[in-house]
Amino acid sequence: MTETLSDVRALVGRHFRHIYRIPEQLISVTIMPIAFVLIFGMLFGSAMKVEGGSYQEYIMAGIFIQVMMANISQTALGVVGDLSNGLVDRFRSLPISRSAVLIGRTTADMALAAWSCVLMAGVGYLIGWRIHNGLPKALAAFGLLLLLGFAMSWLGALLGLALRSTESVNALAFMAMMPLVFLSNAFVPPDGLPTWLRVVAEWNPVSMVVTACRQLFGNPTVGLGTGLPAEHPVLMSLLLIGGILAVVVPMSGRAYSTATAR
Amino acid sequence: MTNAIEAEGLRKSYKGHEALSGVSLTVPEGTVLGLLGPNGAGKTTTVRILATLLQPEEGRAMVAGFDALKQPKEVRRRIGLTGQYAALDERLTGRENLRLIGTLLHLGKGPSRRRADELLERFELSEAADRVVRTYSGGMRRRLDLAASLMVDPPVLFLDEPTTGLDPSSRLVLWGMIREQVAKGVTVLLTTQYLEEADQLADRIVVIDTGKVIAEGTADQLKQKVGTERLEVAALAAEDTSRVVAAIGARLATTPSVSEDGRTVSVPLPDGMGGVAAAAAAVEELGIEIAEFAVRRPSLDDVFMTLTGQTAREKDSA
Ligand SMILES: Nc1ncnc2c1ncn2[C@@H]1O[C@H](COP(=O)(O)OP(=O)(O)O)[C@@H](O)[C@H]1O
Ligand SMILES: [Mg+2]
Repeated sequence: MTETLSDVRALVGRHFRHIYRIPEQLISVTIMPIAFVLIFGMLFGSAMKVEGGSYQEYIMAGIFIQVMMANISQTALGVVGDLSNGLVDRFRSLPISRSAVLIGRTTADMALAAWSCVLMAGVGYLIGWRIHNGLPKALAAFGLLLLLGFAMSWLGALLGLALRSTESVNALAFMAMMPLVFLSNAFVPPDGLPTWLRVVAEWNPVSMVVTACRQLFGNPTVGLGTGLPAEHPVLMSLLLIGGILAVVVPMSGRAYSTATAR
Repeated sequence: MTNAIEAEGLRKSYKGHEALSGVSLTVPEGTVLGLLGPNGAGKTTTVRILATLLQPEEGRAMVAGFDALKQPKEVRRRIGLTGQYAALDERLTGRENLRLIGTLLHLGKGPSRRRADELLERFELSEAADRVVRTYSGGMRRRLDLAASLMVDPPVLFLDEPTTGLDPSSRLVLWGMIREQVAKGVTVLLTTQYLEEADQLADRIVVIDTGKVIAEGTADQLKQKVGTERLEVAALAAEDTSRVVAAIGARLATTPSVSEDGRTVSVPLPDGMGGVAAAAAAVEELGIEIAEFAVRRPSLDDVFMTLTGQTAREKDSA
C-alpha cells in the first residue's frame, strides 16, 4: 500500500514535469477555461435571461462541467501517448502495482482540473458570478465537480486503452461529450425540449451534477423538472459517479494489464 | 547448469492468426541466446510472454526461477526489458527517466540517483543527461533505453532487436555494452534479424519463422546443418584456372565449379581436412602461383536462406 502510494506520487510528479516542459498543455488548462467563462458568461450572458437570477450565475456550473468533461480526452490522449511510445510496456515490466500508473495519471489530470476550477472561479467572480450559500457548500460543489472529473478521467483511460490511436480518441471523445453536455441543463434550461428529450436531459448525469452545483452555490436552478434527479441532485450525482467509477476503474485496470501498443 | 529461461510449447494467436505455434526454448544461466527470425516470425511475441506482458493460450514459461504466468511480479523483479522500440518518456530528461524507473523499483532516493548517474556515465550520456529525450538521436535513445532496463542489475535481460535502425558505429557501441553485461554473468535473450549480430553475441541460436522453431544450435552447428564446407582456390594468373580445375577435379573426383569472374575454383569438401590436403598436393604439383587457397564455411546467411527460403534482411539496410 505504501509502495503503491510512493509509485503514484512518482508518476504524478512525472505528469507535472510534462506540464512544465510543454507549456502548450498549460495553455489548454489555463487559457481555455478562462476563455470559456468570458465567452459564455459575457457574450451569452448579456443576450440571455433566466428567471430568478442572472444568466452569468446560471451558466457557471455548466462551464465548470464542460471543463470536467474535457478530462475524457485529456486522459485518453495521455494514455494513447504512453502506449504508442512503449512506456506502458516498460511500466508493466516493472514490479509495480497495475493500478499505480493509471491512478497517477488520473490524479494528475484531476489536479489540473482543480487548477482550472480555481481560475474559472476567479474570472467568474469578475464577471458577476457569486456564491450565496457559504464557503463549505461551495467547496462541496467543487468536490463534486472534481469527483466527476476524476470519473471522466478513468473513462478516458479506458477509452485510450481500447482505441489506442489519437485520431479515434479525438473523434470518439468528442462524440461522447457533445450529447452529454448539450443534452443537459448545462447551458439552457431543458423545459423547452420535447418530453422524451427532457427526460433524457433530466437523467443525464451531467444535469444532476450541474443542478447539485447550482443548489450548493445558491445559483438559479430554473426549469428543474420533477423526479428523483431534480429533488435529490447531490445524492443522485454521488450515486451515479460512484456507479461510473465502480464499473470503469476495474475495466481500465484489466485493459491496462493486457494492453498492447498495437 | 540451471536454466535462467525455460519456455515450453508457447502458443499465442491474435484474432485467429497464430503468431506462435508451440515455441520452446531454454537459456542456461549466464549465457546468451539469439532468437533469430525475419519480420513477423514471432520474436516480439515470445519476448513479451517471457517478460510477463502477454499471456499465452498454452505453454509454460519459467524465468529466473519463477513462473512467468503465475508469479509475474517475482519475475518482474528479476528482469530487464529493452523492447523493440525505445520505451522512454520523451518529455523527461535522460536523468529523470532513469530516476523515475529507480523510484518505481523502490531503490531508494540515494541509490537510485547514484545508479542513474553511474549508468549515464557508462553509456556516455552524461553530457546529454539533462536534455529532454525528445532531442536525442536514435543511438542515444537506444542506449538510454538499455540503461533503463539495467537500473536494478537484473540477472536476466531481454533485448528485442536492440540494434535495429542503428548506424554501424552505434551498433558496435551497443554490442560492447551487451558484452559487458554478459561478462558480469547476466543471462541474455536477444532477438535479431541480423545474422551477424546473432553470430557475434550469442552462445546459442534459435531460428524461428512463422511462429515455429525451425532450427537451433550454436552458430557453427547451424552452419554445418546447411551444408558442407567448400574449398576455394584461385590462381594468380587467370589463364591457369582451367589447369586448377582439372587438377583438383581429378584428385577429388568431382567437378569443381568456377565463379562468374572465372577466377575462383570451388569444390565441396564432404570429408573435411583430408580433401584439403589432397587438393593442396594437386595444386602444388602444378607449380603455379596461387592467390587464394581457403576453406569457406557456409555463413549464417546461407543457413537462413536454406531454412526459411527467404533472404535475411541485409545487414546494412537499416
Ligand atoms: N497485437 C497484435 N495484434 C495482431 N497481430 C499481432 C499483434 N502482435 C503481433 N501480431 C502478429 O503476430 C505475428 C508475430 O509478430 P511479432 O511477434 O511481432 O514478430 P517479430 O517480432 O518476429 O517481427 C505477426 O504476424 C504479427 O503481425
Ligand atoms: Mg518484433
